[in-house]
Amino acid sequence: MLDWVTGLSAWELLALNPPGWGGVLLKGLAISLQVAVGGYILGFLIGIGGATGKLYGGPILRDVLDVYTTLVRAVPELVLILLLYYAGTDALNQLLLLIGAERMDISGLAAGIFVIGVVQGAYQTEVLRGAFKAVPHGEIEAARAYGMSPLQVLRRITLPGMLPHAVPGLSNLWLIATKDTALLAVVGVAELTLVTRQAGGATKHYFTFFFAAGLLYLMVTLLSNVAIRRIERHARRGIPAVR
Amino acid sequence: MQSQARRWNEPHRLVLLAIAVAIILFAAFNMRWDWLPRYSGKLVTGVGTTLWLLFLTSVLGFLLAVPLGLAQAAGPVWLSGPARAFCTVIRGTPLLLQLWLLYYGLGSLFAYWPEIRQSWVWPYLRSAWPYGVLALTMSFAGYEGEVMRGAFAGVPKGELEAGRAYGMSPLTVFRRIWLPRAIHRALPTLAGETVLQLKATPLVATITVVDVYAIISRVRQDTYLTYEPLLLLALIYMILTGVLVLAFRWLEARVPVKNI
Repeated sequence: MLDWVTGLSAWELLALNPPGWGGVLLKGLAISLQVAVGGYILGFLIGIGGATGKLYGGPILRDVLDVYTTLVRAVPELVLILLLYYAGTDALNQLLLLIGAERMDISGLAAGIFVIGVVQGAYQTEVLRGAFKAVPHGEIEAARAYGMSPLQVLRRITLPGMLPHAVPGLSNLWLIATKDTALLAVVGVAELTLVTRQAGGATKHYFTFFFAAGLLYLMVTLLSNVAIRRIERHARRGIPAVR
Repeated sequence: MQSQARRWNEPHRLVLLAIAVAIILFAAFNMRWDWLPRYSGKLVTGVGTTLWLLFLTSVLGFLLAVPLGLAQAAGPVWLSGPARAFCTVIRGTPLLLQLWLLYYGLGSLFAYWPEIRQSWVWPYLRSAWPYGVLALTMSFAGYEGEVMRGAFAGVPKGELEAGRAYGMSPLTVFRRIWLPRAIHRALPTLAGETVLQLKATPLVATITVVDVYAIISRVRQDTYLTYEPLLLLALIYMILTGVLVLAFRWLEARVPVKNI
């Protein structure tokens, strides 16, 4: 690949051992995936809480959550990442000083998970709220009339009923999470995009490395798509297909 | 679920409003804003650059998305295959990576072609602007291509057959029936994608295009401030997003909803 341009074999550059940069790239991919998975799970927890709060909470809680989702969704992810990354770590350290503890270094990984989680939480709140609302109220009332406890209603009626509506939105958000991790390169987290640029800078073979990183990202997306299709089929079982 | 219009004069809202005003007053008086007058002119220029970039790339991207969507919806395999591959690759990789691949990657390849370095295009290729426009256009086209595919496929076949039965040429059918109906169906999604495109524009600052985000980065370097410039930037984008959403809502209300 491209050795006609550079005069060097791309395979040598992408070798896993130290003269090659393949191992570094894979390590970056691992960091990216950790941030994506961690941020997505954190976002899901915020989303569940946010959706329940928006649907069943009091007027104050609903307004506060409205402000959260509106603000996060109106500001570019890159700006949010900078704001949360610098302001978040700074605020935590101020808090630590206030209670008399030592300043601490927050790892890029943890800060990245926090930032992606807060962003994902706003979007997942909206997806889950829509999915909760898509379950016909009569079904829940019928279950309650049958004498099911609220937990049983949730497990037997609400969750299976909302899943087909939630899965497309949630899977979109997963793909967005995997790609949003690239933005952490701007604040210096050593994830795939940043280490790719470093590898390119060190060897001047930018094209080869960015091409390889693109393939890695693409592989993550395509594998995710396969998994998503399975989950979707499972969630929609027993429901007649559209069209 | 009560559906009455939400009012601002409910008691808890007034409390929340008071808290918001207090936060704004705190920000105004306890944070440093003395740098603002010095950079205000540059910030206005930066907002202009961002909006011009948004306009240019969404128009170009849409023009590219129409053939992409049409190829996927009704094209032969040798057309639909590459179109689908293009959309998959664009949607499967981060925009930042695409941007850096074009700017650093292509930029480094040009070093091996002396003919390009001596030609008249070289001064343009040395600046970051064309790479930013290209990356944002392709990204927009990739996402929009999928939207237009669905929109083209969703136009009822009977309408196209009726047009043909009227004696319209395939081009006239496309121009008068297929495209307008598809755009009409896609308009709400188009609006959402355009807002997403606005939120993707600050990425071009990472390849030295001087948009509003780049100006703010410069302020941060000059003043060593953490919160103030970024908060202002967030506010600017919130206003731009709001205006864009309102504009599209107005546009959607003007598009006639006939015989749906």
